[in-house]
Amino acid sequence: MTTIACRSVIVSFDGVEVLRGVDLDVPSGGWVTVVGPNGAGKSTLLRAVVGGLVAGGEILIDGCPVQSLSRREVARLVALVPQEPVIPPGMRVLDYVLLGRTAHLGFFEAEGRGDMEVATSALSDLDAGHLAGRTVDTLSGGERQRVVIARALAQESPVLLLDEPTTALDIGHQQDVLDLVDGLRSERNLTVLATMHDLTLAGQYAELLVMLDAGLVAESGSAAEVLTEEAVSRHYGVRVRIIDDESGPIVVPVRRTT
Amino acid sequence: MGPERAGPARLRGWWLASGGLAVLVAGVAGLALGPADLGFGEVLVELVDRLPLVEVDSGLGERQQAIIWEIRLPRVVLGLLVGAMLATAGGAYQGVFRNPLADPYLLGVAAGAGFGATMAIVSGAGDGVGILDPVPLSAFAGALAAVTLTYLVGATGGRLDPVTSLVLSGVAVASFFTAVQTFVQQRESETIRQVYFFVLGQLRTAGWNDVALLAPYTGVCLAVILMVRRRLDALGVGDEEAGSLGLDVRRMRLVTVVAASLGTAAAVSVSGLIGFVGIIVPHTVRLLFGTSYRVILPLTVLFGGAFLVLADIVARLAVQPAEIPIGVVTAFLGAPFFVLVLRTARRAR
Repeated sequence: MTTIACRSVIVSFDGVEVLRGVDLDVPSGGWVTVVGPNGAGKSTLLRAVVGGLVAGGEILIDGCPVQSLSRREVARLVALVPQEPVIPPGMRVLDYVLLGRTAHLGFFEAEGRGDMEVATSALSDLDAGHLAGRTVDTLSGGERQRVVIARALAQESPVLLLDEPTTALDIGHQQDVLDLVDGLRSERNLTVLATMHDLTLAGQYAELLVMLDAGLVAESGSAAEVLTEEAVSRHYGVRVRIIDDESGPIVVPVRRTT
Repeated sequence: MGPERAGPARLRGWWLASGGLAVLVAGVAGLALGPADLGFGEVLVELVDRLPLVEVDSGLGERQQAIIWEIRLPRVVLGLLVGAMLATAGGAYQGVFRNPLADPYLLGVAAGAGFGATMAIVSGAGDGVGILDPVPLSAFAGALAAVTLTYLVGATGGRLDPVTSLVLSGVAVASFFTAVQTFVQQRESETIRQVYFFVLGQLRTAGWNDVALLAPYTGVCLAVILMVRRRLDALGVGDEEAGSLGLDVRRMRLVTVVAASLGTAAAVSVSGLIGFVGIIVPHTVRLLFGTSYRVILPLTVLFGGAFLVLADIVARLAVQPAEIPIGVVTAFLGAPFFVLVLRTARRAR
């Protein structure tokens, strides 16, 4: 039963506060998506959860302040799918997914058969088993995203952090990836904290939406509560129309007419 | 080597065997070739004779046996140790700094050793033998001082990322030590030749003493580097991601740099500044056998040792009775060979 609780979290870079006191709860087994304009602090929030660069307030994972945990302990609780993963040239998919086992190995230890099984099953859970022998840098965007998620699954951490998991994908692959993650969430009992740019998709998959603006929580609640024409236009500085659909609110940008 | 193979990156038996064979061929050649010509077959028989429970007669006289066991073998073993250490340290540096141009001298080891050796030579202390020879000791101390200084300066890198900060402080420290060394060397012109030989490197030994001195350092440092090789692969995704995977990046970098620098310092204090080995050997292995450090580093140990022993044979024999500095040979033969590997590997892709 892992939860994440952010209490008045402050993160600053070079004296500039990027997060200015964020409160956020991710319930166990839930899916919370953070939205907000560029620079609102979405990615910083995820980095703070895994990296402990918190300057004020605290982040609790399972009730433990993240600063009191080692990198290894954090990695066993929380797995991050970065927005722009660094792909080592020439590394093959299976080896890349096996990197997810790092937190489960001693400093001088090598992977064993059990680690191999975890990696292979993570790949097959993402329908990527056939990619195992390819090198990661030759994969398409959609294949690569699944492989990076497989690496996170191989960490066997109960919490999955997804930093804009769909940004590099076409709409078909966006839906595929999010459906996969949602399936894994119930299958493996995962807790998901994501950031997303696409508001419609964000609303369709998350149980709770949190809108950040300038380092503060501006709105939070269900998709219908957060994705209003008024809120979106105020925080994004854009004109939108919200269409109510049974899958959730659909956010459509509308060209400004002068 | 097929890219479609589905198992994880691992060392294959025949890769290791080919490395072992390279060491054996280089070693036997190193024993057989020299001013006093001994046959390959006789040398092999002589080696087998020394195995426990085996007695065969190589037909070599006492003097020839002494040449093998007291003169050539220590030199071959020294070449294996120095070559393995420099090449592996280079490979480890390339991994830990994620920089293909990193070599074992990146953090100032060479400049510090050159400085230390020069100080010992100009002070007239340079003609001792073995353990009592102050030149290697002084070179070792200089190398360690330079790397430590680099690390201390690099750790206070302010706004730079730790890798850049360390590399740049290495540049600064190396330039400084080289400047002082050059200044001292120019003022003491009567010892300039001796300093020059140190800078270009040579595997001149006084029997087994140098080997005994170097072996423990090389053994421990190589073992540590080989043990962290899996983590070097994890570091390939960058500091931040590696941290999110649970890797203690700072500790990992410190352990690797200390092992590689200590081993390099010990090697150069005995052999002088042999260049190029730390770059071409790990890169050649990478081009031939794959990009995982799990594969690269163990093979680099073997091929690095074999390469330096072969280079030393050329250094001894090319212009007899004089010797060419081995650093000249490693670059002269290594560079064209490396270009060849680079071209064929690219075509194979």
